[in-house]
Amino acid sequence: MSDKQYTHIGKRYDRKEAQEKVTGQAIYVHDMELPGMLHAKCLHSPYAHAEIVSIDTSAAKALPGVKAVVTGEDAPYSVGIYMVDKDLIARNKVRYQGEIVAAVAAVDERTAEEAVKLIKVEYKELPAVHTVDESLEGKILVHEDLHTYEHMKGVFFPQAHTNIASWNRTLKGDVKKGFEEADYIVENELSVPAVGHVPMETHVVIAQADPYSDKVKVWSSAQSPFACRQLLAKSLGIKKSDVQVIVPYIGGGFGGKAGIHLEPFVTVLSRAANGRPVKLKATREEEFNLLPTRAGMRSRVKTGVKKDGRITAIEVYHDWDSGAYADYGVNVGKTAVYSGAGPYSIPNVELHSRTLYTNKVFSTAYRGFGHLETHWAIERHMDMIAQKLGMDPYEFRMKNLLRTGETTISGELMYDTTGSPEACLDAVVKEIGWTGRKTEEERQAEIKSGKIRGKGFAMLAKAPAMPSYTSTSAIMQMDEDGHVKIMIGAVDMGQGANTIMAQVAAEELRVPIENVEVLWNVDTDKHPYDWNTVASKYTVMGGNAVRKAARNMITQMKEVAAQVLRCHTDELTHGDGYIYHIHHTHRRVSYTDLSMGYVYENGNGIGGPIISHGVYMASGLTNPHPETGQGRPGLVWTFGAHAVDLEVDIETGEIHIFKIASAFDIGKCINKKMVDGQVFGGVLQGVGSAIIEGYKFSPDGRLLNPSFTDNKIPTAKDIPDEIVPIYIEDPKSAQIDGPYGARGIGEHPMISVPSAIGNALYDALGVNFRKLPLSPENVALAIEKANN
Amino acid sequence: MCDKHNGNCFEYVDSGIPKVALNCIVNREEVHTTVDPTMTLLQFLTTELKLFGTKEGCGEGECGACTIIMNGKTVNSCIVLAIEAEGADILTVEGLGRNNELSILQQEFIANDALQCGFCTPGMLMSARELLDRNNDPSDEEIKEALAGNFCRCTGYFPIIDAVKKAAKREREELK
Repeated sequence: MSDKQYTHIGKRYDRKEAQEKVTGQAIYVHDMELPGMLHAKCLHSPYAHAEIVSIDTSAAKALPGVKAVVTGEDAPYSVGIYMVDKDLIARNKVRYQGEIVAAVAAVDERTAEEAVKLIKVEYKELPAVHTVDESLEGKILVHEDLHTYEHMKGVFFPQAHTNIASWNRTLKGDVKKGFEEADYIVENELSVPAVGHVPMETHVVIAQADPYSDKVKVWSSAQSPFACRQLLAKSLGIKKSDVQVIVPYIGGGFGGKAGIHLEPFVTVLSRAANGRPVKLKATREEEFNLLPTRAGMRSRVKTGVKKDGRITAIEVYHDWDSGAYADYGVNVGKTAVYSGAGPYSIPNVELHSRTLYTNKVFSTAYRGFGHLETHWAIERHMDMIAQKLGMDPYEFRMKNLLRTGETTISGELMYDTTGSPEACLDAVVKEIGWTGRKTEEERQAEIKSGKIRGKGFAMLAKAPAMPSYTSTSAIMQMDEDGHVKIMIGAVDMGQGANTIMAQVAAEELRVPIENVEVLWNVDTDKHPYDWNTVASKYTVMGGNAVRKAARNMITQMKEVAAQVLRCHTDELTHGDGYIYHIHHTHRRVSYTDLSMGYVYENGNGIGGPIISHGVYMASGLTNPHPETGQGRPGLVWTFGAHAVDLEVDIETGEIHIFKIASAFDIGKCINKKMVDGQVFGGVLQGVGSAIIEGYKFSPDGRLLNPSFTDNKIPTAKDIPDEIVPIYIEDPKSAQIDGPYGARGIGEHPMISVPSAIGNALYDALGVNFRKLPLSPENVALAIEKANN
Repeated sequence: MCDKHNGNCFEYVDSGIPKVALNCIVNREEVHTTVDPTMTLLQFLTTELKLFGTKEGCGEGECGACTIIMNGKTVNSCIVLAIEAEGADILTVEGLGRNNELSILQQEFIANDALQCGFCTPGMLMSARELLDRNNDPSDEEIKEALAGNFCRCTGYFPIIDAVKKAAKREREELK
């Protein structure tokens, strides 16, 4: 599969929309103003758990300039992508500090803000659920009516009269027997805190509800316009076809803008304001404290292992602190059923993944969809098993990595074309010059300088977490000049989907890349369906759909050209803007002459405008078995590994990263410039989760750091000296049914970065870290504790 | 609030305090107007002048998305009052290109893929512009220092640093 085979695939093209973004021309919903537009502001609960005794909105309503005030009573609707558990606006009780209790639409932001201050709410505070253990205990229930909630049956398993939103399981082999066979049993408990997505553009919505019909028009920073349409219609009890969702440029998503968030209650506000468009722009504090996070997680892992390093059994409890609502959280939990024990061949597995309600800001999808969290637990645990065995962690992993012919924990058979975890590990270990663990003598020699160097690595694996029947589509039209416009239903939020799709179309149509445009402003009334822009699935699914559409466009042109050239379509080929005879290459018809239908000299016309479409639907996937988790959920697995070379200051606990080497069995890079972007950005986001970020709550459940002052993300000064991306593009292990062999890469760079850093810290200090973040404070405290 | 138009005007902010004269230069054009004295410079640029290129990321002067250049220095326009710009010379992202041509810095941002979602890009460009105006051959550390107030969640900063370095080199060679 050398690049010579392709004209456009594998090229480092600039992103298509870059010029608009460097000139300020790119318009985001943040920037939009509509005629008659009102501005919304929200009132938030000050309590983590409280009964709403009464709300008095009369003073707010009386304020001049206020056009609508709504409370939960005015919006008797519920919403939830997998579990319908959330009121649009809190009714009867609030379940987290920051939850919306009322909202105002007014002529300007300041009036709306003043009106919010005039709303009087009387609460009766309730005891709250703060931790995973309190949640499991179940003495206090976050949702008393859990057993009545509508949910996706057979996939999610809410436990009545508990705080367990879903309990998903994997059972493979015989765990009891596996532990009996083991020479050693290693047990660990590890955890991660909740973390914010921190898109630079906060969530923003403009909703306009037609007062004379059910029609609703929404401009949103949504990642997934079609999911938003479906869920908005469902929550308000209106027809899907009455809802139009338009998504212009969006300023980052990272999973936090998937599904549905502000759209339904801003629609309710618009209705209450006689159909005037209402804009709600989340403040940065709301982005942290109202809108969902990545869940915190606590894992308990127990592994049986032979002296030679073979794993005989694993038992895992992944307990997710999903906060007040399940949102995507239950699906994050479900995903662990098939990827929650790492890319290893383990004969006997018992895994429990429990998505738990607590009285905290709720959780949703976040880049990596639970994998950074589960891999933190598993990959640190694997290193600790190697320690117990006195074995090199590289050698230990090599003994257990998944290989062709073996099965994943959910029983998925590995083929050559599933990808190679081994190749990734080998590549990164070589890149950082791993020669084995540091000895105590070496460590003591370094301690004098006040800084100790360490190296470590970790594996990663992820397949898209999506329904087994996920589909996507593309429509392609040719202009008179032979240029092509493509409409897709996915949103390019910076990941480069539109550039990648243009490359696929240009490759198939054999036209210059400049002649292909993927249209922005995804509009559910005009653009064709895509399930969700999530899960690192679009290069594969969208790429296949666009490829089919392009091939169909060629077929259409050949059918007309065959008549013009008096030959069979089999004898025709295409290129350089022509359909031509394979032998008599001068017998040809140009794309431009075919684009709107061919016209003969005498005026006869044949054919018609060239418009094609392509669809792609995941095939052969199944739901995990309800009791055993066995099945085939993975459309495409992307394996990878990170290796880290770092130095830690033993006084301050500060970590300086020299190098992170990151290898992925990507199959084929369609555009290395875009892939590099995913790797640099994803790895640094992983560094953020590893060292810098994390929510902190007060004992009474209030979020203590809902601002950039106390909840920073990595800046230009926090980057490693070097990030070395390595792409495995071996035709033997490439994705045979992906476009040109390609696999997804959007989320993977983030996964296991903390694990690799944690493992390198052990190499440096001989101290095992089990909690994130590895902040200077936490590292310094751990060093001090170890020294005592 | 806006009683005078029966609540149907679209003004972002109207504190009711009498407006104050504001004379400044924005992207090489003179502006003579009056503004609400409580309005921020960011609100003035976006809602009044309709220059929506400058973005709001936090409204608290922490993230740098709203960075513009005022009298040769970068400022977070979300925490500067519009009236503080009296007599000032202001440059925003819309003023970087000239004569319908992208500046070298913008070209290098594109070529090095120094942007993904694009929301931090205008502010990032302005911080980079200010750096190159005072230092035409910055080191990696100087670039990181200059950009440290501009958050980017997408790129990991590496492509941005490359873009600034390459732009500096080209500016030294081409703008002699």
